[in-house]
Amino acid sequence: MGTVAKIIAQRLGLGILTLFIVSIVIFTAVNMLPGDFAESILGQGATPEAVAAIRRDLGLDQSPVSRYFDWLGGAVRGDFGSSFAQANFASFTGSDSGSGLTSVAQQIAPRFANTMFLASVAAIIAVPLSLTLGVLAALFRNSVFDRVVNIATLSSISSPEFFLAYVLILVFAVLNPWLPSLSNIYEGMSFPERLEKTLLPALTLTLVVTAHMMRMTRAAIINLLASPYIEMARLKGLSPMRVILRHALPNALAPIVNVVALNLAYLITGVVVVEVVFVYPGIGQLFVDSVKIRDIPVVQACCLIFAAAYILLNLTADILSILSNPRLRHPR
Amino acid sequence: MSDALLTIRDLRIEGRSDETWMPIIKGVNLDLRRGEVLGLIGESGAGKSTLGLAAMGYTRDGVRISGGSVTFDGIDLVNASADDKRNLLGKRIAYVAQSAAASFNPAHKIIDQHTEGPVQHDVMRRDESELDAVELYRRLRLPTPDEIGFRYPHQVSGGQLQRAMTAMAMSCRPDLIIFDEPTTALDVTTQIEVLSAIRDIVEQFNTAAIYITHDLAVVAQMADRIKVLLRGEEVEEADTRTMLDTPKEDYTRSLWAVRAYERPAKPAILKKDTPVISVSGITASYGTTKVLEDVSFDIHEGRTVAVVGESGSGKSTAARCITGLLPPILGEIKFRGEVLPPNYRKRTRSQLREIQMIYQIADTALNPRKTVGDIIGRPIQFYGGLRGRAKRKRVEELLDQIEMPASEYFDRLPSELSGGQKQRIGIARALAAEPSFIICDEVTSALDQLVAEGILRLLARLQDELSLSYMFITHDLATVRAIADEVVVMKNGRVVEQGAKSEMFRPPHHPYTDLLLASVPEMDPDWLSKLLEERGREDIGDAGMEKMD
Repeated sequence: MGTVAKIIAQRLGLGILTLFIVSIVIFTAVNMLPGDFAESILGQGATPEAVAAIRRDLGLDQSPVSRYFDWLGGAVRGDFGSSFAQANFASFTGSDSGSGLTSVAQQIAPRFANTMFLASVAAIIAVPLSLTLGVLAALFRNSVFDRVVNIATLSSISSPEFFLAYVLILVFAVLNPWLPSLSNIYEGMSFPERLEKTLLPALTLTLVVTAHMMRMTRAAIINLLASPYIEMARLKGLSPMRVILRHALPNALAPIVNVVALNLAYLITGVVVVEVVFVYPGIGQLFVDSVKIRDIPVVQACCLIFAAAYILLNLTADILSILSNPRLRHPR
Repeated sequence: MSDALLTIRDLRIEGRSDETWMPIIKGVNLDLRRGEVLGLIGESGAGKSTLGLAAMGYTRDGVRISGGSVTFDGIDLVNASADDKRNLLGKRIAYVAQSAAASFNPAHKIIDQHTEGPVQHDVMRRDESELDAVELYRRLRLPTPDEIGFRYPHQVSGGQLQRAMTAMAMSCRPDLIIFDEPTTALDVTTQIEVLSAIRDIVEQFNTAAIYITHDLAVVAQMADRIKVLLRGEEVEEADTRTMLDTPKEDYTRSLWAVRAYERPAKPAILKKDTPVISVSGITASYGTTKVLEDVSFDIHEGRTVAVVGESGSGKSTAARCITGLLPPILGEIKFRGEVLPPNYRKRTRSQLREIQMIYQIADTALNPRKTVGDIIGRPIQFYGGLRGRAKRKRVEELLDQIEMPASEYFDRLPSELSGGQKQRIGIARALAAEPSFIICDEVTSALDQLVAEGILRLLARLQDELSLSYMFITHDLATVRAIADEVVVMKNGRVVEQGAKSEMFRPPHHPYTDLLLASVPEMDPDWLSKLLEERGREDIGDAGMEKMD
C-alpha cells in the first residue's frame, strides 16, 4: 500500500497548491471588477469624502497585497470577513457600533446547505440513471434502444438549461399541476416538503448532466470490448450482461469516475441559471446578487467554495481511479 | 458413440475491409477425433486463428462465416443459436489464447476467473471448483499451487499465467481445447515447461486439441497430425512424422528450408584493429534496481555480434546504454577508440549519426501519418542537410537498396505496407543517417519465418556492401545461427559467455548457454520427451528457472 499512500499524498499536496493558486486568481479577478462597493452603494449622490470614508472603513484603501494576505489568513481559519452589504457603516451613519455586522460565513452557510441539498438530490437521480443507461447502451450498442438513448440525452444536453427548466415547469407544474414551480424553500421546512419543492430543479439538472456521464460510460465500456480478456470471457460462454458488468466495467471505472466527478462539481457550481428560474435560495443566487452590488467578501468566498468543490471532487476522482487499478492496489 | 468430435466441411470465412468482404478461409475441411491433437501451422495471415475460433462457432467483429459447416459432436455450430453456443463454450470447447497476460482480466484474481466457467455452466460449485483449480495447478506443475490462484494476473510471470490459463480451459473438463499460439510470447526455457505441462494434461484427460502455431518444431512435439495452411487454404495434411520426414508440397518444404540459412564465417579479427564499438565494464540501473552489471564486449567493423538471453536479461538495456538513452553508472562506451559521453544529449551530431537503431515492432516505430518518403527523408535532412531534389534522390537510392522501388513506395503510408516492408523502411531510415553501427533490437521476432529470412539476407548484404557493424539483439538461436559472427550470452544483467559463433555452438559451454541451446525446439517429434527424460521430471516444474517479469 506504500505506493498508493504516496500517490494520494502527492495528489493532496497538489490539490492544496492548486487551491492556493486559485485563491490568488480569484482575489486578483474580483479586485479588477470595474467600480467599487462604496460608489455603487452611495449611488449618484456620492461625495468623495463619503466614498473615502466607506473605503477606509472597509479597508479598501490598503494595498492589494496586504488585503490578500488578510483575506487568505482569515479564510484559512474559516473567517471570510464581513459582508459589505450587511455592514453597519459607522462613519456613514454616525453611530459607532460595529456589532450589527453579519459575517460572510453566516450568510453563506444556509445558502450553501441548500445548494448541496439540490446537488445531492440531482446526483442521486442522475448518477445511477446515467450509469445504467450507459451500460445498457453498451450492451445493446447500435440497437434502437442505444440510438434513442443517445439522441435523447444529446438533445437534453444541447438545450439551454432555462429552456429545459421551463419545459419541465410547463409539463409538471402548469399542464399537470403535480409539482410546485417555485422552489422557495426555507429553514424549518419538513424533509418531504423540501424534497417536493426541490424535485423540478433537480430533474432539470439531471437532464443537463446525464448525457455526459452516460456517453462516457458507454464509450469506456465499448472501448474495452475489443480486448483479449473480453474475448476470453465470451469464449468461456458467459452471458453478454456478465461480460460487460464483470469483465468490462471494472476496467472502465477510471474514465467514468472522472466524468462523474466533473459533473458533480458542475451540480454545485453551475446551478445559477436553474436557481434563478426556480427562485431556489442557493449559493448561485447569492453569488450573482453579490457581484451586482460589488460585495467583494461574499463574491470571493463563493468563488473559493466553488474552486474547493471542483478541486476536492476531482481529487476524489483521481484517487478512486488510482484505487481502481489492481496493479497499484496489489503490488507484486 | 461416434469417434468424430469435430468435422469442418468446405468452411468459408470472410472479413470486411472497407465495405467489401474479402475471403480469409477459402473452403477448408478438418476432422478431429476424440483425444486427438491436430497441429495447425502457417504464417500470420494464413487464417489459423480464424479457423481455430470458427471451430468454436465464434467469429470476431467484422468476420463472418459465409459457407460450409462446423459440426461439433453432432451440433451444427454455424446455425446454432447464441444461447446454444454459450452452453458449449467454456464447458465443452475451451480456448487458450496467445498472450495470457492480455487474456486474463487484470481486475480479478486468477481463481475468480477460473471458477467463473464451472459455476456459470453449473458444472461445479464455487468451492469444488476452487479445490479442483489447485489440483490442476499442481498437475501443471505451477509453483505454490495452493496460493498462486489467489494472486492477480500481474503478480504472476508469463509462463505461469499461460499454465494457469490452460488450467482454466480445463476447468469444465472440455472435450476440445483450442490452443492459439500459447508459447509464442515466451522465452525458450519457459516454453519447454509450458509445452510439457500442456502435453501432459491433454493426455491425462484425453482432451482433443487444435494446436495453432507458426513454429514447426513446437508443433512437432505437440501434435498427432499436422495441417499446413497458406492464405486460407490447406496445403497438405499428414501425421506428424510423415509430414516432417517427407513433406509433399513445395511450400511446406520451403518452411523447413528457412532454418538452413547460415552466413559463411568471416576471417578472424586481428588483435590490432580498433573495435567500432567497445563496451567496457558498464553497470546501469532503473531507479534503484540494478539491471546491468559489469558488461563488456567489443564489436568490430563489418561484424555482427548477437546478444542473446531471455527477456529481462538486460539485452535491450545494454543497447539503451550504447545509444546514450540510459547513461550507465559505471564503465564507458568507446566509438572507434574515442570515449562517448554517457548521455545522448551531450553527444555531437556526428556521434549520434554513427549509431542508429532498428526496432522490433516496425508498426509503432514508424509515424503512421508520414509517408515513406518523409520517414526516410527526415534523417537525411537532419544529419546530411540535404533538401529538395537532392533529398528525394537520396531517398530513392535508399529505397533501391532495400529492394522497394521508389516509384511504387515513395508516397505510401506505413498502413499500406506489409510487416516485412515496414521493417525494411525501418532499415532504410537507419541507413539514411549513414551510420557505421546499427543496433537491431529483435528485428525479426514479429515476422514470419520466410519474411524474417528476407530481412536477414538484406541485412547481411548491406553489411557486406557498406561494411556496417551490427549489434543483433535476439532471443532466437536460429537467428543467431543464421547471421552472427560473434555471440554474447546474457543472464540477469551479466554476460555469462562470449566468443565466436563457431565456438558457441560447440561444447563445452557455460551451464546457462547449455540450457538455452538445449531449450530450442528441434524438428524431431521425440525431442521434448528425450529432453525431459534427460533433465529428470522433478527438475522441470519448480526448477525456479522462471522469474517474475
